[in-house]
Amino acid sequence: MQTDIAMSPGPGAAARKLRIAPSQGLLKLHLGELWEYRELLYFFVWRDIKVRYKQTAIGAAWAVLQPFLTMLVFSLFFGKLAKIPANGLPYPVFYYCALLPWIYFAGALQSATNVVVEQQRVITKIYFPRVVLPISAVVAGLVDFAISFLVLLALMAYYRIAPTPAVVWLPVFLMLAVATALGMGLWLSALNAFYRDVRYIVPFLVQFWMFASPVAYPSSLVPEKWRWLYGLNPMVGVIEGFRWALTGQGVPPGPMMAASAMAVVLVVFSGLVYYRSMEGSIADVV
Amino acid sequence: MAEAIHVESLGKRYRIGERLRYHTLRDRLGHALEAPMRLWRGSNETSGRKRPEIWALRDVGFTVEEGEVIGLIGRNGAGKTTLLKILSRVTQPTTGWADILGRVGSLLEVGTGFHPELTGRENVFLNGAILGMGKREIARKFDEIVAFGEVADFIDTPIKHYSTGMQMRLAFAVAAHFEPQILLVDEVLAVGDLAFQRKCLGKMDQVARTGRTILFVSHQMSQIRRLCTRCIWIDRSQVRMDGPAGEVVSAYEAAQMDGEEGSSGHSFLRWEIAGQRQTLRDGFRELTFRMQLRLAEPISQGHLGVGIVNESNLTVVGWGFDGIHLPEGPQEVSLKIPMLPLRPGVYTLVCSLFDRGNNLTGGQVVDVWYATPPLTVDTVPLAHPQDRWAGLLNIPGELELTQKELATSPPR
Repeated sequence: MQTDIAMSPGPGAAARKLRIAPSQGLLKLHLGELWEYRELLYFFVWRDIKVRYKQTAIGAAWAVLQPFLTMLVFSLFFGKLAKIPANGLPYPVFYYCALLPWIYFAGALQSATNVVVEQQRVITKIYFPRVVLPISAVVAGLVDFAISFLVLLALMAYYRIAPTPAVVWLPVFLMLAVATALGMGLWLSALNAFYRDVRYIVPFLVQFWMFASPVAYPSSLVPEKWRWLYGLNPMVGVIEGFRWALTGQGVPPGPMMAASAMAVVLVVFSGLVYYRSMEGSIADVV
Repeated sequence: MAEAIHVESLGKRYRIGERLRYHTLRDRLGHALEAPMRLWRGSNETSGRKRPEIWALRDVGFTVEEGEVIGLIGRNGAGKTTLLKILSRVTQPTTGWADILGRVGSLLEVGTGFHPELTGRENVFLNGAILGMGKREIARKFDEIVAFGEVADFIDTPIKHYSTGMQMRLAFAVAAHFEPQILLVDEVLAVGDLAFQRKCLGKMDQVARTGRTILFVSHQMSQIRRLCTRCIWIDRSQVRMDGPAGEVVSAYEAAQMDGEEGSSGHSFLRWEIAGQRQTLRDGFRELTFRMQLRLAEPISQGHLGVGIVNESNLTVVGWGFDGIHLPEGPQEVSLKIPMLPLRPGVYTLVCSLFDRGNNLTGGQVVDVWYATPPLTVDTVPLAHPQDRWAGLLNIPGELELTQKELATSPPR
């Protein structure tokens, strides 16, 4: 059952008729309503970022420290000690290029999963399209991403690696990461509202996912005959894409990425539908 | 006159424990995996997922014209808040439908979304946006809001440094400047000192007169009588009465007086001051409050609270007793106090009963009753002649003027 909305008077709208009733159609996404609540989305993102940076002394520094320190550890253990091949790149650059989108993705996924339960008070008192919450979580992570991206540029300058013209593709790969985080986040946050142990599954999921993605190793390590299965993971396309666009090394993402992108679109769409269908009852259980 | 709200056969069903206990995915999966085993054993057990249900609202219908100010009354748990939640789209109805024309604003609480780390200024914008005000609207009203909340000096400090009173004032200030076409208010308490409360009430009055459609829940019958033209009484999840405010309120009060037992969970039935019904004529004589209850279950280690609340919803005095043991069934509780020197006016007695603790130690609410009829204090005003300066207490003072000069006056 869902609340069927004929037209919704969002902030600033003129008087329109609105019907509140148990559901009818499953596929009505009401994206128009989302647009009306765009200012609220902005405020949620703004609040997330402000609070994050006010709360800890190292606040903004964590955005830089996390990928940087992880990169050091990987360089030492996977690189120097385990001697995993790195496409001819210096280890720090090899790992950092991957860690940048990966850390964004992992963080966005966890915040999106938790956001609905965390915002329980607001959800039970005020109406707004609930999907605004996971979207705001996924968008807020981009600020940290931007900051650590600057560090990447510094790192590349240090190793005298110039970005290739393919760098224009970077936003596309980033969008794929955002979409994957959003799609998974929609499903996980909705499930988390109903089954509270879902949020504890996410760290395991992320761990496993990381090893299923070419973060710590190049995808050339994966045997030829399994590449197609491997390529279904959208983060494979994202990470290889980042490495290729920034350094020119490695394999440019091929048809596999198109396939995984389509899978992601499906996950996002189905996530939005699921969200809309259970939005009406989420306030009862959260 | 256009119809602002039209409600038809609205109903809301909850499964008991839906909020209190949630499944874990583990449980759900485990249960699903065990299904073949249960089938094989041929057990008769139910799916285990069917829990007892309650209908918080059942077959509720009414129409509100544009510009009407409607009071929503009923005892604790009758379904008023659920109705507001459905009209606010916070939760969905199980049956029926509602048509709404115009921008709806709901004040189910004040300060929704306030974050302690953000400054007052930032929280005003955040809270305003959450309520549904646009950024430009908030910016335009910002100075007014800050002035109303009387926190101008601290507007740029994080609200975690504010006192509770200041936070509430700021929250109410934002809420008071929210001007939707239809306003749904759920007993948003006026807080702060007396002067601020008067301001809040004044603002409410103002809003009521601007031609907005307002639906508001209150336990203060005096407020309902004053602000509302019409009143809807929700009793045991249904509309019991819908008509002119005065009539409905009187009927409600009469029902309370008859000691009518409401739905389960209503324990307090009647009250009086021994020998004086519900009027106090002498503030300096010992008096006994008598409350009649009927309990469905015995109470152990409970808490009984009695408070007296004035028209501005300020608690004037309150008593609380822990470690209460009460048996099942009808009984009477008496509270003896040596004096009650209150300023003349109308007050509400608030009785609360908790089982196994109180609201701070995790006790279970048994009943909270805003008693009707109200307590009328009919004494001669003894303190300052002006209400404004007299405050809450009604205590005489004797002034003595002497013509004698002081022996030594230190230089100023």
